[in-house]
Amino acid sequence: MRYGYYPGCSLTHSAAPYDLSTRAVAAALGMQLEEVDDWNCCGATEYITLHQAAAYALIGRNLALAGQDGQSELVAPCSACYLNLRKVDHNMALHPRLAQRTNEALAAGGLHYEPGSLHIRHLLDVIVDDVPEADIASRVTHPLHGLRVAPYYGCLIVRPKLNGGRQDPEFPTHMDHLLAGLGADVIDYPLKTHCCGGHMTQISADTAYELIHRLLKSAQDHDADVIVAACPMCQLNLDAYQSQVNRHFRTDFHLPVLYFTQLMGLAFGMRPAALGLGREIVTAAPALAKIGAVPEGIPDPEAAAPRRKRAETGLPMPRRRGES
Amino acid sequence: MSERVGVYVCHCGTNIAGMVDVAGVAKWAQENLPGVVVGREYKFMCSSLGQELIQEDIRKEGLTRVVVAACSPHLHERTFRTACANAGLNPYLCQMASLREQVSWVTRDKEQADAKARALIAGAVRRVQLQEPLEPTEVPVNPTTLVVGAGIAGIQASLEMAEAGHQVVLVEREPSIGGHMAQFDKTFPTLDCSACILTPKMSDVGLHPNIRLLSYSEVENVSGYVGNFDVRVRKKARSVREDACTGCGICIEKCPKKVIDDVFEVGIGYRKAIYRPFPQAVPKFPVIDRESCIYFERGTCKACEKFCPTNAVDFEQVDEYLDLTVGNIILATGYDLFDCGQLPQYGYGRLTNVFTSLEFERMCNAAGPTEGKIVLRDGVTTPKTVALIHCVGSRDKRHHPYCSAVCCMSALKFGHLVMEKTGAEVYSFYIDMRPLHKNYEEFYDRLQQEGMHFVRGRAAEVTDVARRPEEDGKLIIQAEDTLIGKQRRVPVDMVILLGALQPRADAKEIALRFGISTSIDGWFTERHPKLDPVATMTEGLFIAGTCQGPKDIPDSVAQGAAAAARVQGMITTGTVLIEPIVAEIDEARCSGCRICNNLCPFNAIDYLEDETVSRINAALCKGCGTCVAACPAQAIGGKHFTYEQISAEIEGVLYDVVRTNGGHALERVDLLEPAGGVR
Repeated sequence: MRYGYYPGCSLTHSAAPYDLSTRAVAAALGMQLEEVDDWNCCGATEYITLHQAAAYALIGRNLALAGQDGQSELVAPCSACYLNLRKVDHNMALHPRLAQRTNEALAAGGLHYEPGSLHIRHLLDVIVDDVPEADIASRVTHPLHGLRVAPYYGCLIVRPKLNGGRQDPEFPTHMDHLLAGLGADVIDYPLKTHCCGGHMTQISADTAYELIHRLLKSAQDHDADVIVAACPMCQLNLDAYQSQVNRHFRTDFHLPVLYFTQLMGLAFGMRPAALGLGREIVTAAPALAKIGAVPEGIPDPEAAAPRRKRAETGLPMPRRRGES
Repeated sequence: MSERVGVYVCHCGTNIAGMVDVAGVAKWAQENLPGVVVGREYKFMCSSLGQELIQEDIRKEGLTRVVVAACSPHLHERTFRTACANAGLNPYLCQMASLREQVSWVTRDKEQADAKARALIAGAVRRVQLQEPLEPTEVPVNPTTLVVGAGIAGIQASLEMAEAGHQVVLVEREPSIGGHMAQFDKTFPTLDCSACILTPKMSDVGLHPNIRLLSYSEVENVSGYVGNFDVRVRKKARSVREDACTGCGICIEKCPKKVIDDVFEVGIGYRKAIYRPFPQAVPKFPVIDRESCIYFERGTCKACEKFCPTNAVDFEQVDEYLDLTVGNIILATGYDLFDCGQLPQYGYGRLTNVFTSLEFERMCNAAGPTEGKIVLRDGVTTPKTVALIHCVGSRDKRHHPYCSAVCCMSALKFGHLVMEKTGAEVYSFYIDMRPLHKNYEEFYDRLQQEGMHFVRGRAAEVTDVARRPEEDGKLIIQAEDTLIGKQRRVPVDMVILLGALQPRADAKEIALRFGISTSIDGWFTERHPKLDPVATMTEGLFIAGTCQGPKDIPDSVAQGAAAAARVQGMITTGTVLIEPIVAEIDEARCSGCRICNNLCPFNAIDYLEDETVSRINAALCKGCGTCVAACPAQAIGGKHFTYEQISAEIEGVLYDVVRTNGGHALERVDLLEPAGGVR
């Protein structure tokens, strides 16, 4: 399948491993990512609330360019970019006056965007919804058995009406299923949609540290080896500010934060370096050693899963849907 | 055409007169419409004075047709038909034009209102002149009644009828009657024990000579019509012979297989593979759950059979089918609890100490899995703080938009029980408190006095992620307290989710099987939401209890009794009139193609092999018209809806469009050659 690809600024620098692993995994799954020609910054999370007209033109330009390239599906791996692109498309369709103003600005550059003409999607949604589960399973050569992962969705891709049509903005599970399909032990991460603090690190560091600390502590409490992110902002905050958080709260977290595409690449048997592994600040080496040590002839994941034990006097837990 | 038509335009107070110039329209009809000899207006046509006006004209003016331009025929068609009949005019020679629902209530433009009122009256006037006198057929009502579902509503309905001396067949899908009420511990607001007030009624049902109880049975098929329904019931194989079993319970004691009871104990308790849902079950006979039974799985065991003193266990038993004839049917099939796992932010199924309301009912019940002790999921620890979250799945656009009606009161009851049994602090997170009925507000007040805490705000989430030391190891409820405008985090040991009441998973299927309709939410639809809450649009079919919508025990009981009263009325009358508005086949034109046979939703059309024609059973026909439209030879006509009558009505409505045609509507529509025979 062909997709327009909007990497966004982060993926060209701090989140380069996300870009590398995305392209590698997409190629393996037969997805053609065609980068939007001459794309520009989406204005990150703040600009759209500061200067509406300029922000809509800034973001609208990317949509217009993608449309010019003849795409109907536009994929963004960064959650902030995704939300901005989707919000502009959504609001232009909803408010004709806004669409008209935005297109007047775009006309200065000889561009035009017809709201609704692009289907804007987050990379995670594309992989979960478009690639059959069996296709992913068939490519898993090095299952992640024994690796305890905390699926962290962040707060941007789950917003109602802008969450790719998913019914579960409160507690999504699609990344959980994806990671479980790679053989990982997925923990039931309670803070999976809580905020990482975004750019609060620059505005009110204490607030940001508090939010980051919650996420790290909860992952550690669940004995996670790795936190798995789907957004460069989340990854940066949890990874780069981990040492500050440790200083601030006198804690000793060493929790690597990786992209879900990196774990997919590892499970597909790709070289770690080709997935940008090793560039993270909190090293993932000890965690990855756990899966490197898994020998051939993998144990049955069903058998390896811890069985829910019940105290003799206790009451049984309710069975969740989809569980047998 | 020599019919003498009277036109009566109703003011309906100001309902119609406020928008339509009723006097003008009546005068116009008399002066302009062919056949109209009288045109009158009156404040309330449905009043006895209004009816007498019509009756007097029938006698004095020699009217042969009547048109009443008033409200929808749903409301008053019967009134005016009866009025005409009492004056000696066949009731089917009276036609209504809906000036209220279709004109005055749906426009703000007076000119357009007048124009549409004239058009509708013109249509009715032309149509009524072609209408023919019809006579309803009278059929006897079978005095036996089928009640489906033996919760409190079905039990009440059955007992009311049985006490009045009528035969009842009560069908229950589960091994015992009792429904949800049997699962409860206490009932609000009086806090009397649920079992204590229910079990006497249950044993009355079991012993009553007029009630034939078919437990562990389901209705498979329904056909026929009011007064004479044919019903097929599948009596599922119990694997225990009811004629031999004494209900001693040794089989249950000796059975080596223990499984989680997902139905009666809602997953927090256990039962054996041969079981009785609860000690007071009616009937007392156990059932073998063949999916869990070791014998059915591996072919050995038979412990129950070995120990049974009366040889009642029968592994070879098969499902039995019973064909019954009944006159009326009462559906009392109840509700399901919302699957609280659908709101993962509340942690049900993820967080150990989150329970549903029904789980908590079982926990409080002395016969339940904890023998009435309120404990955490570990089975021993008594909670020190408990949170109750209201409206889980209710008042939620993503799940059920409606209020489930009982949860506020359940929460108050739970609060009282928790405080009484454990002394724990109780927090209720509510959106609005709705203690609506007698003594309910007083109960709310009592709980406030008893020290239950109330936080007004829909809980955002339940989490086990502590932020402060006092939250460690607790479940934390995050909610906006909308009375003080602040976010609150309340750490507790136990959370109880008050799940919504929702229609049974198979409610739509059941509705289809019995030929009634459901609302968008899936509840069975009553004939009228206020004035006819237990009847349905299908004659002879009644509904009672929570299958019609969320309600508490008193309301369910009231509906059960109301449905029984309605059925008793039918039985006492002894006969029922069947509408003569049915389809009829002109056998001379029927080619025997049989297209209509399978289209008929009521199986009313038989094919006569010898004569190679189809024939309609008038008693089964509901006059829906499907076959009339489908017949390629136009051999089928609908009585009271003949092609001529419908064409005439359309021509009448379009009187001003076809006025150029010499002031008369077209006499016939040549493009659509109407069927001959039937009118």
